[in-house]
Amino acid sequence: MKTVKEDAGAILKLFDAFEKECNGTRKSWVHELRQKARARAAELGIPTTKDEEWRYTNVAPLAKRAFTRPAPAKSLAVKDIAALLPPGLAEARLVFVDGRYTEALSNVGSLPKGVTLSSLHAALASDDKALRAHLAQYARQNDHPFVALNTAFLLDGAYLHVPKDVEVESPIHVLHIASGGEGQLAHPRNLFVVEAGAHATVLEHYAALAGGTYVTNTVTEVSLGEGAQLDHTKLQEEGAGATHIASIEARLAGKANFANHNVTLGGELTRNDINAVLDGEQVECTVNGFYIANGTQHVDNHTLVDHAKPHCHSYEIYKGVMDDTSNAVFNGKIFVHQDAQKTDAKQDNKHLLLSRDAEVQTKPQLQIYADDVKCTHGATVGQLDADAVFYMRSRGIGRAEALRILTFAFAEDVLKEIKHQAMRAWIASRVHERMAHTTGLKTR
Amino acid sequence: MLEIKNLQARVEGKQILKGLNLSIKAGEVHAIMGPNGSGKSTLAQVLCGREAYEVTGGSVTYEGKDLLELDPEARAREGIFLAFQYPVEIPGVGNSYFLRTALNAVREHRGQEPLDPMEFLELTKEKIKLLKMDESLLKRSVNEGFSGGEKKRNEIFQMAVLDPKLAIMDETDSGLDIDALRIVADGVNSLRGKDRAILVVTHYQRLLEYIVPDYVHVLAHGRIVRSGGKELALELEEKGYAWVEELAEKAGV
Repeated sequence: MKTVKEDAGAILKLFDAFEKECNGTRKSWVHELRQKARARAAELGIPTTKDEEWRYTNVAPLAKRAFTRPAPAKSLAVKDIAALLPPGLAEARLVFVDGRYTEALSNVGSLPKGVTLSSLHAALASDDKALRAHLAQYARQNDHPFVALNTAFLLDGAYLHVPKDVEVESPIHVLHIASGGEGQLAHPRNLFVVEAGAHATVLEHYAALAGGTYVTNTVTEVSLGEGAQLDHTKLQEEGAGATHIASIEARLAGKANFANHNVTLGGELTRNDINAVLDGEQVECTVNGFYIANGTQHVDNHTLVDHAKPHCHSYEIYKGVMDDTSNAVFNGKIFVHQDAQKTDAKQDNKHLLLSRDAEVQTKPQLQIYADDVKCTHGATVGQLDADAVFYMRSRGIGRAEALRILTFAFAEDVLKEIKHQAMRAWIASRVHERMAHTTGLKTR
Repeated sequence: MLEIKNLQARVEGKQILKGLNLSIKAGEVHAIMGPNGSGKSTLAQVLCGREAYEVTGGSVTYEGKDLLELDPEARAREGIFLAFQYPVEIPGVGNSYFLRTALNAVREHRGQEPLDPMEFLELTKEKIKLLKMDESLLKRSVNEGFSGGEKKRNEIFQMAVLDPKLAIMDETDSGLDIDALRIVADGVNSLRGKDRAILVVTHYQRLLEYIVPDYVHVLAHGRIVRSGGKELALELEEKGYAWVEELAEKAGV
């Protein structure tokens, strides 16, 4: 009989080499955090499909793989990554290559006074107070095996701190680039803190320069103060052979407005855990997702919207386009605590199948302990409307083009919610580009 | 322009067209009338290439080409247009974007430059007026939430923009009140010309009072049982479709 976990030793043995990279933070509080997480990661191991949370997503083979610490990246110039830079989003940009901050590619020029936007590594070295108050306060390093691993190897990533009542108008582009080397394993760690009444927009973007079988294991923590707003878009465009494991953990104070748009276009195996804790009254929380998968891609989204307090609204739409023999898993939990009266929670999961051989596992999980709440959920799996395809063809639009237009219309429901216009247009253009490489949508 | 010879077709295993002959020249307006189930709509669908309709015999030549060999989109680009009896709603796809994409596909086929959104808007202004359409319909999703009359006007608007050589109208009068019918007919009449042929498929004579055909054909049991001038429509109206059954019997259909 299979066990629920495999030994994480093969990954953890990199810890000794990793410690040598921790210059400047090796004797600080954060190193204690790492060591604790390392011990916890050893206990948690690597889950197998016997673990209910990982039933349809097999990450166990990672335990048997030989990984290396990413080698220092070859030097890149801005022109080398030009294709990854959205037009109109150039004002604030942090770029990481294989998990390490790359100053030459970044630009943190013109932000309002008091805003901190820096690499986590630099912020740790300068012992930033807010960083210390928030880091590892929300992520589940004690429960989630990959968050534990990420915390053990915590070194660098994006750090944003927006002080009270400050509005950051320019979207912040956080770009994590994998050089794509075989066997590389990176653990980017991001922290976005938006204090009471402050506003920010962040694009968290993962991309690759090559298609090797590397692994990204990333964790993002988000803290929104009273009445704070964050529009947070995650765009995953990893290389063709990549494994991408991500956790986003958001803690939302009263009247906060958090919108997460989780767009998955790349990678061979993707697992997202997106958790939001609505920890004050009158929070508005959106967790939306869109993904396209073809070939043998596997996309798993686990979301948790945790209604801890009364009078909060949450909105969730996840939509996937599945082609060839790809697989999707959607597990959407909504948890309504006993005193979270007047909760209004909506959840919807829709899949569009372009092939007979694609597979979808969808599971809404509502746990409601309050009695005066509105919670709705729905899940559908369907195909493109053949009448609409014919109608378009009868007007001269080619079949593949008609399929792309209809598929994009399906995606648009999710994408249109991205508030920042230039960012929305950029994400839409990436989705179009991705569709052009999807078997079922190609011009015959 | 269009030469249909001994056309036979079936849908869902049922033989609908059983040897239909029809010849249409540029500049002509033909009407096909017939009772429900006679094969009128099947003819329209076969001509624009609907896959569910299987051609089991005969030939269709359009401008010297074997029409049945062409994909639906290729037929449209060659200048065939079908105004649908039931226009399809396409949520999430803007009416204007949809039509511009179609027009540019047609233009590309004709070796013309594509139109950008501004040029397209310019082109459509006049045609929108012609059909007394509300401009907001262009910004909405294709046919989504349109009234019956708005859908039919949108069909003729598309026809006006795409400028086809052969326009086929499938029961365009169904579900229209008299005012909408007049607007649609005016739109169609303004598109009459020596280079364009129009095939009007209808159950009722009413539409033909506004779009006056050059030829009328009566269809029964998948074959044309009587052809004549515009007065045939009136005769049919007077004698009713029971008369068609007599004609069909005489013709041995």
